[in-house]
Amino acid sequence: MKKHLIMLLLMWLLPLSSSWAQLQLFACEPEWASLAEELAGDKVVAYSATTAYQDPHRIEARPSLIAKLRRADLLVCSGAELEQGWLPMLLRKAANSKVQPGQLGYLMAAEQVQRLDQPAVLDRSMGDVHASGNPHVHFDPRRIAQIAAVLSERLQQLDQANSDYYQQRYQGFSQRWQQSIEQWQQQAASLKGQRLVVHHKDWRYLFDWLGIEQAATLEPKPGIAPSAAHLASIKRLLADSPARAVIYNSYQTDRAAKWLSGQADMPAVQLPYSVGGSDKAVDLFSLFDDIIEKLLEVM
Amino acid sequence: MVTKFFLAFAVVAAPLSANAQSQGFNPDISLILDGRYSAYIDDGDYELPGFMLGGEAGPGEAGFSLGHSELVMSANIDDMYYGKMTAALHAGDEGSEFELEEAYVETMGLGHGAVVKAGRFFSAMGYLNQQHIHQWDFVDAPLIYRGLFGDQLVDDGVQLRWVAPTDLFMQLGVELGRGGQFPAGGAANDGNGTQTMFFELGGDVGASNSWQLGFSHWKAEVAERVGGGHGHGDAHDTATETPVFHGDSKLSAVDFVWKWAPNGNSSQQNLKFQFEYFVRDEEGHVELEGSDPLEESHYDGTQRGWYSQVIYQFMPQWRVGLRYDRLSANNDGDDMEVLAEAGLDDEGHTPKRTTLMVDYSRSEFSRLRLQWNLDDSSENSDKYLMLQYQMSLGSHGAHSF
Repeated sequence: MKKHLIMLLLMWLLPLSSSWAQLQLFACEPEWASLAEELAGDKVVAYSATTAYQDPHRIEARPSLIAKLRRADLLVCSGAELEQGWLPMLLRKAANSKVQPGQLGYLMAAEQVQRLDQPAVLDRSMGDVHASGNPHVHFDPRRIAQIAAVLSERLQQLDQANSDYYQQRYQGFSQRWQQSIEQWQQQAASLKGQRLVVHHKDWRYLFDWLGIEQAATLEPKPGIAPSAAHLASIKRLLADSPARAVIYNSYQTDRAAKWLSGQADMPAVQLPYSVGGSDKAVDLFSLFDDIIEKLLEVM
Repeated sequence: MVTKFFLAFAVVAAPLSANAQSQGFNPDISLILDGRYSAYIDDGDYELPGFMLGGEAGPGEAGFSLGHSELVMSANIDDMYYGKMTAALHAGDEGSEFELEEAYVETMGLGHGAVVKAGRFFSAMGYLNQQHIHQWDFVDAPLIYRGLFGDQLVDDGVQLRWVAPTDLFMQLGVELGRGGQFPAGGAANDGNGTQTMFFELGGDVGASNSWQLGFSHWKAEVAERVGGGHGHGDAHDTATETPVFHGDSKLSAVDFVWKWAPNGNSSQQNLKFQFEYFVRDEEGHVELEGSDPLEESHYDGTQRGWYSQVIYQFMPQWRVGLRYDRLSANNDGDDMEVLAEAGLDDEGHTPKRTTLMVDYSRSEFSRLRLQWNLDDSSENSDKYLMLQYQMSLGSHGAHSF
């Protein structure tokens, strides 16, 4: 009886045997977990610390994340200070030497590409600005392509036995991805030059890619919640130079967007922040499909 | 094939490490500014019957005052170590006091879930103990923390902790400490007077809930614990007889935290429930130093206490909190008068307190708080009204769960 109990306890405590053979990947956001799955298939168990319904600026290094990071072989986050409110603490608590900064197991996606909006002046009076530029790079599929190359190479370095497999999957993904980018650019041609109001500056890279203009942000400054006074000033601004719609993402409240939508007589649209942020956005391809489809609907 | 894609879009890769961008190798430095206004009725000595007060114990000064201004510096030292210092600057009417609250180094590269921490740090006893004042959800510490630790348990020593490789978060740890500060004292056993053990479990329930449960135990050989409390602005420290305890002290605690946010997204609404329970057994002698002839008593005491609090953010930037504290003491000795002088006579009273607070945080770096205490620490029930600002500047690191 005692032997059975001990076995049961061990089975509960130890990870499942199949996962010994797989690389454990800890992604800070779902877009990187999804990218890893595209590039590594079943050779990797990808865990995302956040969902598309959670604000990645405001996560805590809670026990379940510590336990998961403790066993990870590869950490993939955006970096560029997006996770500075929780990732450094998480790294210290998880005590996993493989994923510390500088190690092969540490990969910051946004730091592999050129970022937009690096501020000349850095001051908190400007709100919660990121010193190394806007970190929400996953909204530009061309940057995702670059990051995919780096991630694939990293997978090959960490798991040399499966190098060929990762190479193959990367080629396959790259091809389909480039085709999709061309398709999306064609579909979204009519969006070029359009003006949109956003909740937070996270759409910067999407707008840069598709030539959309950001008319205003609902946040008076990054990280500061929309205030009545600020919303009123946007309404006045739009009276002179109107916008087509106001967009907010899957983790943001719709209250400010809906208010402005009613006042300025334009639609409010919710877009998925990442994979899993809407019914349709189940992977990176369908994420962009869904975003472009929803934007075209309001034009 | 790969290079074709790079050329086609002419987007230049700019690999970067966060350090190179912002401050070179300088540490993260932040300064925390805290000021208050307190109004309360009872101007006399603060008392917590059954507890020998020390450290920072007390309600703080009436009227306008500065709380602790903290200077925090931290950085990675190399690929193996991380270091942090917290200096608290306390300025009263008599002048400024500089307290080194924390100064420690910690390993980052040991791996396998193990971490060694050495230096001066807040003990892992309980849950709240490792939080700095500026993280507290109320202006003051729970009553049991005030009574047992004089607000916070700090020691010089070493800590070893280990995170188990399990899906459910499990952490075990031990600490060895000097035992030079309240509620230990005298650095017994050649400066190796305290030991701590702790064990934590934690996990998620669905996407919206997370929890942590902790058990901890602290044992100390106390060579010389000096009582008297830290009466800010009170004129009571005219006594020439100082109560001193020496003996053994054992403390056990259980703590529990539950956090909820819709879909795990805490930006709009979130709720935190927190509960801690402590039991302390002490045995030894209490002397009234400075008395002639020397008055002393054998002392065998048990103190216990708990608090429970709920903090609810009902809209962005606004939170409301409610806390209840309850303590009890059962102290015995052969000379109850001596014990009474030391504050160890519980006077047949059950100390308790109810606190209500509301705070406004324009951003995560600034906070304004209004708090009401209905304080039954002693038989003289008192009502407090406190207003506080707490703001940080500089690169402020993350807080733990």
